[in-house]
Amino acid sequence: MQISSKHSMRMARRRENISGYLFMAPSLLFFIGFVIFPMGMCLVTSFFNYTMMDFSFIGLKNYSEMFADSVFIKSLVNTIVIVVVSVPITCVFSLWVASLIYKMKDVYTSFFRCVFYLPVVTGSVAVTVVWKWIFNNYYGLLNYVAKNLGLISTNVNWIGNSNTALGCIIMILLTTSVGQPIVLYTSALSNVDKSLIEAAQVDGATNLQTFWYIKWPQIMYTTLYILIITTINSFQCFALIQLLTSGGPNYSTSTIMYYIYYNAFKLSRYGYGSAMGIFLAAIIAIFSALQFKVAKTDNG
Amino acid sequence: MQKTMQKKPSAKGVEKVTPYKVISVIILLLLSAFFIFTLYWIITGSFKDRQSVIAAKPEWFPSNPVLDNYHSLFEKPALRWLYNTVLICGATMLLTCVSASMGGYAIAKKKFAGRNLIFTIFICAMALPKQVILIPLLKQMSFLKLHNTIWAVILPNVGWPFGVFLMKQFSENIPDEMLEAARIDGAGETRTFLEIILPMIKPGIGALAIFTFITAWNDYFMQLIMLNDTNTLTISLGIAKLQAELSTDFGLIMAGAAVGSVPIIIVFLIFQRYFTRGITMGAVKG
Repeated sequence: MQISSKHSMRMARRRENISGYLFMAPSLLFFIGFVIFPMGMCLVTSFFNYTMMDFSFIGLKNYSEMFADSVFIKSLVNTIVIVVVSVPITCVFSLWVASLIYKMKDVYTSFFRCVFYLPVVTGSVAVTVVWKWIFNNYYGLLNYVAKNLGLISTNVNWIGNSNTALGCIIMILLTTSVGQPIVLYTSALSNVDKSLIEAAQVDGATNLQTFWYIKWPQIMYTTLYILIITTINSFQCFALIQLLTSGGPNYSTSTIMYYIYYNAFKLSRYGYGSAMGIFLAAIIAIFSALQFKVAKTDNG
Repeated sequence: MQKTMQKKPSAKGVEKVTPYKVISVIILLLLSAFFIFTLYWIITGSFKDRQSVIAAKPEWFPSNPVLDNYHSLFEKPALRWLYNTVLICGATMLLTCVSASMGGYAIAKKKFAGRNLIFTIFICAMALPKQVILIPLLKQMSFLKLHNTIWAVILPNVGWPFGVFLMKQFSENIPDEMLEAARIDGAGETRTFLEIILPMIKPGIGALAIFTFITAWNDYFMQLIMLNDTNTLTISLGIAKLQAELSTDFGLIMAGAAVGSVPIIIVFLIFQRYFTRGITMGAVKG
């Protein structure tokens, strides 16, 4: 009796294993073939001098070259500036918009959600080319408006000037990154337990207190998720830079992502590009882990 | 989980109107105008003639609307670009939905050995930048003779683990009793999946489909690396090419941007509800 039940349990487990893997097969196939395998190859090629002509093992030379490469350092600094400026603004701004719209009537909520999501759907290429026109030195709308408002006296070459170019990029990046956080915060805020809020208000809590003690802890996970996706997006900012400034003027807007593209696909330095890719992936992993940890301890 | 997502009609709709609120709403409306403006500028720009796009005094509305830009746009093979884009998005969507709904169900409901490990790897891969793998991926695609075909863009996107992750979230809502009942009734694995699971995760598939479609439409970097033959260009690549070749023919470039964005915006507005659910579900207990 016991033996046969053990046997049938083992059979059941085996059936579960087989069917589980059969159902997993298509996604695993694509995942291993086109994500895991290239990731492994990226790590391997980062140890090689890999160009059109050459493929030879050079150990950690790509990595040591990276830190001696002033353009790489410049790109790293730019990337960090973009992340440090855009991530907090995106999060605070989205929370502010969401806290205004989540209590509105459904029509208005979804109207505003759509409006702020619009640049994401429009696509980075379309958004970038229209901004390139708006920023244009001679024919751009921005110079015209700013001159009429008396903000500037002569035309400013917004994207051709290393003082303003990075600012322009961050501005466009912000418009394309607040959409998703607003959707997430709106949904998170409307899920906050209403009875707790009412209880707090009965006890005479101010709006700010209600927000800080009741709502904030409950939207903590959403905040964490938003922090991570926004950080990843800002690190990966590419189309904007390639189409708007090509990293110029004088590398003032080059980012790691752009510099990887430039080395690998313009100069055909695949090994060097891969090393930078691995470095970028490592930074993103550390950032995400840190944010996760901080959010966890904050939450108690 | 979906149940808690619906908005309760606010019981205290008679909240006080404070100056802070009035000012906030005004700012919100101004910002909305700003966010809509880029699209407005694309569309109006696409109808402006060559003189007015480079006029020192920009026209807020095309004084002399023309269709020239669209004529010359479609002479470049813009229709071909659109066709390629739709093909890529459609195939990515279809393959992702099939593989992800199966995989997500397996991770949520099948207790096979190694499922936690596989799931952890999926999650970790999701946090890494997709673009980092483009260098080896390009080599791999050349090796498979797929470079410069739409498959070079489709296959890696299908492999991206977000779909499985999302479908796992949806599949977890299926009560175990239903699966048990199906097994007692003698339904095989395939039948259980097709007749019981699929109808239950339909909203999830809808969300994933629309999400995948829109993401694939705007996946410029991957397309840039994988496709460079005039006949395989997508609409995003087409616009970028126009801009690189004719940097001040803003009217034509805006026509390209309009053709590249208006269709996908319409798709988005129609399926907005599904789309929003897709994004939100991905975040719940991430």
